[in-house]
Amino acid sequence: MLPPIPNTVRSSIITHERDDTVIVNIGPSHPATHGTVQIIAELDGEKVLRTDVHCGYLHRGFEKECEDHTWHNLIPYVDRLNYCSALINDFTYCDAVEQMMGVTITPRTKYLRTLLSEYSRLCDHLTCVAASVMELGAMTAFLYLVTVRDFMYEHLAALTGARVTYSYGRIGGLAQDVPAGWFKRLEEILKEYETYVERVHGLVDRNRIFIDRMRNVGTITTADALHWGFTGPILRSTGVARDLRKDAPYLAYAELDFDVPVGIMGDNYDRYYVRMREMDESVYMIRQLMDMMPEGPINVDDRRCVFPEKHLVYTEIESLINHFKLVMEGPAVPAGDIYLAHEAPNGELGFYIVSTGTGTPHKVHVRSPSFVHMGGVHKMLDGYQLADIVTTFGSINMIGGECDR
Amino acid sequence: MRSSDVTAPIFDLLQQQLAPVDSADQPHAPNAPVRSLGLSHGVLVLEVQPSALLAVVRRLKGEFAFDVFLDVTAVDWPDDALRFEVVRHFYSTTHKVRVRLKERVSEAEPLVDTLIDLYGSAHYMERECHDMYGIRFRGNDDLRPILLYEGFQGHPLRKDYPKQKEQPLVPYRPPQGALVR
Repeated sequence: MLPPIPNTVRSSIITHERDDTVIVNIGPSHPATHGTVQIIAELDGEKVLRTDVHCGYLHRGFEKECEDHTWHNLIPYVDRLNYCSALINDFTYCDAVEQMMGVTITPRTKYLRTLLSEYSRLCDHLTCVAASVMELGAMTAFLYLVTVRDFMYEHLAALTGARVTYSYGRIGGLAQDVPAGWFKRLEEILKEYETYVERVHGLVDRNRIFIDRMRNVGTITTADALHWGFTGPILRSTGVARDLRKDAPYLAYAELDFDVPVGIMGDNYDRYYVRMREMDESVYMIRQLMDMMPEGPINVDDRRCVFPEKHLVYTEIESLINHFKLVMEGPAVPAGDIYLAHEAPNGELGFYIVSTGTGTPHKVHVRSPSFVHMGGVHKMLDGYQLADIVTTFGSINMIGGECDR
Repeated sequence: MRSSDVTAPIFDLLQQQLAPVDSADQPHAPNAPVRSLGLSHGVLVLEVQPSALLAVVRRLKGEFAFDVFLDVTAVDWPDDALRFEVVRHFYSTTHKVRVRLKERVSEAEPLVDTLIDLYGSAHYMERECHDMYGIRFRGNDDLRPILLYEGFQGHPLRKDYPKQKEQPLVPYRPPQGALVR
């Protein structure tokens, strides 16, 4: 047996590098930490010399809990990873399980999932940009963006019954089809989005205060970003057009026309602009998808994973048994393992799932972009001002739900 | 097209270079340093002996442009002699594909090599893996708790850790020296 590791103290910063420095503790509960994260920083005056970032305050044993639930029952847990874009978590998880089972989703579900993924990306980026400009004092821009986001939340509530955590994905399909008039309202909201985002561009893009706080702050190079495992808008802000929707197209992305916006210097301003441009691309994709949307069923006809119609459950014994088995034992997913990733708003969201052939997973591991980003965030904080921690942290969009799991 | 249908030429090259087979009808010996387990849903899976890991990862990064270390985790198989399977995923921004490395270690000596010298992202992820499974990473002396707290007893994702287990209360710790100077 190996000797146990002693109970270590939390911070790696326990001694001063120089005699005239100050060590301060920021968080875990601080308005700028967007949840709970702790930063211990050594300061020379206002300048940050080094930081030690701690997450884990929102850890709730997601992976352990998954091993005790059937494949279907853990969908609501999956929702609560990145709660700003819960649908993308749903669809990534369902896609992974479907590939293990060899299920091919119906065309309508494929396009609907693509559309809703992009819709979620809009919500997520709106939240991130709104929060980060508000922290700089741009209250008007914040309210404009959150107004649009609230239209979207209400609109998604009309589809799924919930504003934030939807539990809308199902293995082999979706919870229900789109209600009447939903696409018409979607078009109206996209127009509203354009009105409000145009105003935000006008308010902040060339604003002296905004540029001074964002340009050349929190800069990271491409080499560093790759070394520290960054993906998503942070990696793209350094100039790398790395996007899973282009590199390994899943769902209906291969049929869509869209650009991958990239930045130039990898600073806070570039991350802001990459997100704003990505939202425009998402709107463009949603409009294409509305034109492409085929009619047809949303659930595959596969009794291994899809629940039978309710009226059949009440009238015939086979469907009743089928329903019972799916609830009590769960869908039998063939033994094996899979790593499947989708391009979530924050980067590569990967599920590593191991099945032993039963109705509950042997292991569900989430490769969450926020957690990996927290491992390298000190590269973007060290050397800048103490007040820049707030802007840089906002531009990373750390989501406690998926970071701490 | 599904990503699992992709067969990238880089995979053939990797199998030839990293897991050479003497002849077609002579599969790998069970104790070969690197064994190819073929493609699994679009990911090339290699089973690596713990002693060969660092050499394989160096070649993956240096020769084959696998520049992103995506993930490390473990799988607990309580009935097996080598109980833990440490699973790592790598991504290449050049070839746009992933490789999975698996290695098995025993419960008595759950020790594998660290990758912090090659990839910065290994720091946090190895700390998490140690938290959850008690896997030690040789050469990484910063395995402080990251998702758990200091004083947490046991490794919660091991199969023999009961889900409902309660942890002892943490005694009051006075603020650390550097913060109260």
